[in-house]
Amino acid sequence: MRVEKIGRDFDVSRPWLNRVLEREPRRSLCAVNEVSFSIRKGETLALVGESGCGKSTVARMIVGLHTPSRGRIVFDGADLADPQSAPLRRRMQMIFQDPYASLNPRWRVRAIVAEPIVAHGLVRDQARLAARVSELLAQVGLVAEDGDKFPHEFSGGQRQRISIARALSANPEFLVCDEPTSALDVSVQAQILNLMKDLQTRLGLTYLFISHNLAVVAHIATRVGVMYLGSLVEIADAKQLFERPRHPYTRMLIDAIPDLQMTGKARTPVAGEVPNPLAPPSGCAFHPRCPHADGRCRSERPELITQEPGSAVACQAIGRRVGLDHSSL
Amino acid sequence: MSQVESWLRQSWNHDVVWSLRHSPTAIIAVFSTLICVGGALFAPWIAPHNPFDSASLSLSDGFTPPSWTQAGNTTYLLGTDDQGRDILSTIMYGARISLAVGVAAVLFSLVLGVGLGLVAGYVGGRLDAFIMRVADIQLSFPAILIALLIDGVARVVLPREAHDDIAIYVLTVAIGVSGWVQYARTVRGATLVERHKEYVQAARVIGRSSAAIMLRHVLPNVMGPVLVLATIHIATAIIAEATLSYLGVGVPPTRPSLGTLIRVGNDFLLSGEWWIAVFPGIALVVLILSVNLLGDWLRDALNPKLR
Amino acid sequence: MGKPLLEVRNLRVEFPTRHGTLCAVDDLSFHIAPGETLGVVGESGAGKSLTGMAIIGLLDPPGRVAAGEIWLEGERIDNLPREAMRRIRGKRIGTIFQDPLTSLNPLFTIGEQLIETIDTHLQSGRRTARQLAIELLAEVGIPAPELRLDQYPHHFSGGMRQRVVIALALAGKPRLIIADEPTTALDVSIQAQIITLLKKLAAEHGVAVLLITHDMGVIAETADRVAVMYAGRLAEIGPLREVIHTAHHPYTRGLMSSIPKLGEGRDKLAQIDGAMPRLNAIPPGCAFNPRCPERLERCTRERPAPLPVRSNFAACWLYDR
Repeated sequence: MRVEKIGRDFDVSRPWLNRVLEREPRRSLCAVNEVSFSIRKGETLALVGESGCGKSTVARMIVGLHTPSRGRIVFDGADLADPQSAPLRRRMQMIFQDPYASLNPRWRVRAIVAEPIVAHGLVRDQARLAARVSELLAQVGLVAEDGDKFPHEFSGGQRQRISIARALSANPEFLVCDEPTSALDVSVQAQILNLMKDLQTRLGLTYLFISHNLAVVAHIATRVGVMYLGSLVEIADAKQLFERPRHPYTRMLIDAIPDLQMTGKARTPVAGEVPNPLAPPSGCAFHPRCPHADGRCRSERPELITQEPGSAVACQAIGRRVGLDHSSL
Repeated sequence: MSQVESWLRQSWNHDVVWSLRHSPTAIIAVFSTLICVGGALFAPWIAPHNPFDSASLSLSDGFTPPSWTQAGNTTYLLGTDDQGRDILSTIMYGARISLAVGVAAVLFSLVLGVGLGLVAGYVGGRLDAFIMRVADIQLSFPAILIALLIDGVARVVLPREAHDDIAIYVLTVAIGVSGWVQYARTVRGATLVERHKEYVQAARVIGRSSAAIMLRHVLPNVMGPVLVLATIHIATAIIAEATLSYLGVGVPPTRPSLGTLIRVGNDFLLSGEWWIAVFPGIALVVLILSVNLLGDWLRDALNPKLR
Repeated sequence: MGKPLLEVRNLRVEFPTRHGTLCAVDDLSFHIAPGETLGVVGESGAGKSLTGMAIIGLLDPPGRVAAGEIWLEGERIDNLPREAMRRIRGKRIGTIFQDPLTSLNPLFTIGEQLIETIDTHLQSGRRTARQLAIELLAEVGIPAPELRLDQYPHHFSGGMRQRVVIALALAGKPRLIIADEPTTALDVSIQAQIITLLKKLAAEHGVAVLLITHDMGVIAETADRVAVMYAGRLAEIGPLREVIHTAHHPYTRGLMSSIPKLGEGRDKLAQIDGAMPRLNAIPPGCAFNPRCPERLERCTRERPAPLPVRSNFAACWLYDR
């Protein structure tokens, strides 16, 4: 199974109709710009980046919560924009960030977990449906009796387990996980990450994993894409990305991870902040914060160039910087 | 047995019941509402007389004052009207009609308003703009004027001989239509909030249809404020009914509601037969006050911020 | 060890509810030396934020300090009248909250808020206060402070706002700053900037910091000593290095190993099963006992007091000798 995608998005944020009349022009915000990647069956592609970089928008476009304004998303050979491909939607499900908001507070857990099965009419027999729900609950480490409770009776970690059970109930092959552990405490985060890895090996799932936490990504991903201001700046195998980050932004993110082993040692803080996406910088979006930026970075937008198989970087300075890199690392 | 017991204990400790136990006003409101509603509901069985059974009426009993006055008669506790009907019984039967019209009108507004509000909030766009503009226009007229208008139109359109039979339905619809805006606004606002919550998005990803999401996901989560609104609205609807009946466009005098009773009694107020108007008036005030208090308490009890 | 700047003795914070009284902080004791940074870590609901609120006397009713004492520079402050407590806040204890957006008043310029604070606490007069405000803004790394002084909070980005909040916390020249999740709302790259700044300023001004956070990484870079809280109780307290590398309490050990780290094997993370108990269902004995891999029989009956283990204190019966 492949998710081949050349998706792009174009979000229009406009002031109210009335204000349009008051000679204010329409303004558009380019949340995601010409992002392309593919995910192979059984792998975990992680998208990382800071808030506002467009990683969640990409996830939402893939599952159909937003329609891409440009480009297309191809799932198992079929274009998802094509109405014919609607049945494919069953095969991809999503796990949301906030386990307190993603479960309907008025439904019992049993009904929540069964919803995708009912919606797609997979099992019509009540007894078999109940058995399937119990099986799903057991699969995520809950007991069948939990099905009779309401979401508020569970802790954050248990709710995320319910969320996972719901996502799994329609037998999907592909799960989009939007920051599934960022609302959880560390000890619970470890439980959920382990569970997700277990399920992946047992059920042969493919994940798209959205996160801002690089340490979590390093743990779960096989490949990693780094996004900055709506564009993919680097994509590579996880091992390679963390050992030899090539884009200056990737390197900055990795340096910013607090290191528990080197206690008391300060990270090298990066100057500057993420620019306003309504007025992105010219050329390479990262150039105002980049230590290697030159005149060309300011004027030209770098393309994502494949350097080795399976990895690509969008940086013009990369070629002339190679020598410099090895000495500075 | 123990299951029933634990269920009882659970509901006894439930937030709403708890706040009821701790609010004397609420207890009084519940009791007086129960008395009013019970009296109205069971009027045919517990009322001392049947005021609409013309065989048992005698004009000679007309204008009997209340039983505790000198000319009073213990058969008629609160006295009788011009046709010899027992005031207490007419009040009980009248409250029946008032309550029926009030509740039916509220249900009508509720279904209309919640439906439109849900669609406006969930679908958004032009449909939302259209529905809410209509609501704004209606809000710029007093509700009673809208009801009068609908009542007037119905009287012109419908055949004359049917007027008395269908008056009560026309009244219900008129009051109902005049009140939907509040529900639509409340539900639309709540829907706009709920629509962006992740559980609604999860349902979209799962592949539920918009109708299913609106009815099964959003609706249960926006009903809380609506139910509070409805309780308070019942009192308003009863007042509207009484006002219309008092103005003479409501239910016919052969089947009088509290409002009609007050209007009829009004004619005798200055000639000394005060009880014909005053007792239905008191009944109306007590009924509305207790329903209102109940609604206020319910609003506070269900408001997590005030807990 | 010199005289402590802040000393908390057997603090107990309660929330009376109609289902019974919840004990959100239970028998918590610690102290902070002048100039020292004490990190308080714990998962959500462990009572760490409430501890900070109790110290500055800003517990939301019905929460209240039910027992224990809080001493600041040899003066007991937990039973002070509200007016006296108000004078301590800002002047002797500065605070930094999680969300910089809500801790600044959007209706006043940055300058007005800073000058007001400086003038109130130092009685310096408005002109000197303005000069001090500019110096403070420059110190927290805000470029062109003379110009930015007259701007409103919404003109600042999240990271810049948090810098302003730090400037505000320093304005009264306090001896102690309570920082409650100061970096949680910020992006990683900005987080590093703020942590570095906080550390630098604390060292320069000789201010002690009570750093409350759930992020062990932030603690590892900033704190001198660490207190680990669990279900409202102190699990372990000790010097940073010892807590991180040779934790004694099984909970601390579990917590440390469940944090994903770079450059580690790709197999499973160590995990602590279960979840922290709710405040209305804290088990008898040690609060951690149902999740503890090294549980003893007495852990389910008796509650352990913090016991000395090398340079740490750990509330665990394993160390009762």
